[in-house]
Amino acid sequence: MAEFKLPANSKVAAGKTHPAPAGASKPRRFQVYRYDPDGGGNPQLDTYEVDLASCGSMVLDALIKIKNETDPTLTFRRSCREGVCGSCAMNIDGTNTLACTRAIDDVAGDVKIYPLPHLPVIKDLVPDLSTFYAQYASIKPYLQSKSPAPPDRERLQSHADRKKLDGLYECILCACCSTACPSYWWNGDRYLGPAVLLQAYRWLIDSRDETTGERLDELEDPFRLYRCHTIMNCAKTCPKGLNPAKAIAETKKMLLQRRL
Amino acid sequence: MSEHSLRTALGRVSGLGSAKDGTQHWWQQRLSALALLPLAVWFALSVAGLAGAEHAQVKAWVASPVVAVLLLLFVLSGFYHLRLGLQVVIEDYVHAPGAKLALLVLNVFACAGVGLAAAVAVLSLHFRG
Repeated sequence: MAEFKLPANSKVAAGKTHPAPAGASKPRRFQVYRYDPDGGGNPQLDTYEVDLASCGSMVLDALIKIKNETDPTLTFRRSCREGVCGSCAMNIDGTNTLACTRAIDDVAGDVKIYPLPHLPVIKDLVPDLSTFYAQYASIKPYLQSKSPAPPDRERLQSHADRKKLDGLYECILCACCSTACPSYWWNGDRYLGPAVLLQAYRWLIDSRDETTGERLDELEDPFRLYRCHTIMNCAKTCPKGLNPAKAIAETKKMLLQRRL
Repeated sequence: MSEHSLRTALGRVSGLGSAKDGTQHWWQQRLSALALLPLAVWFALSVAGLAGAEHAQVKAWVASPVVAVLLLLFVLSGFYHLRLGLQVVIEDYVHAPGAKLALLVLNVFACAGVGLAAAVAVLSLHFRG
């Protein structure tokens, strides 16, 4: 059955509290999910009091400050700190988003930070994304063309056709949408999930690609594609403001179009 | 997500390949929903209008060929839609292979059986009263 309760070894216990340094003028509480794979215990929720007077405005700034000044064992992924790389995707205040583009002031009360939901946790805020990446690889996310490339220039595309990629090419594969999707939670081993399906549609709709039919063949499956029930969590949570549900709907329309 | 498997992630994700199926199910579910929209409204209003009616009145109503055909359409598209929808629910939530297969079979048999029983009831009321 689908899992509606956390397994016993995933239940989150209360953790340590790291109080704000003496003289902090703007203390703010951050509750952070901690899991140590080497310790053997259950995950726990540690509380860190951060002085926002000497901290950047984003949640990632606070995490980096905690790691630098309070607790070097806190583990999370981050790189570009400007919403382009997708590394710092995590669940903040109940919503999957990027820590680097989520302002601390936009969160009411304590800032609760968990890893992306329903993935195996490697350590603290670092989930295991290997299945997600394999699913991305499985849709062959690159141009496939049978016609040889023109010898003297790039493959051309009209302005109108290029415009069809808007709203798709911006996806940074942070996995916020897929891990917000109940269908992906219950059937993530077979359902490709919103992020990968948006990427698949990005190549389906590319006027330069010549394998649209083969791509549709690979997607036409009750589990790979049709687990999407238009729940729309993907579009609601996407930190880039994209709409994977629409890309999936367009893919279903293409599959219908070729048989009507 | 079986971390104990020595298979590569891509091998696991590729699985048994694409079923090259699902569009028919999806399309039929939408078609039956489309049919049910007016049929369900018509059925609800009609039944509300018959509240407290005698058997003879209901019999006279179903004696109309138009009513009988609409009732059959409602019953058949309703149970077909139910079968398609329940299948999705089972596929979503039931993962134990034996239970899943058993429920998928039961779903088809139950929806066909109850649906046909409802259709026979309509026909019986229409022809025999």
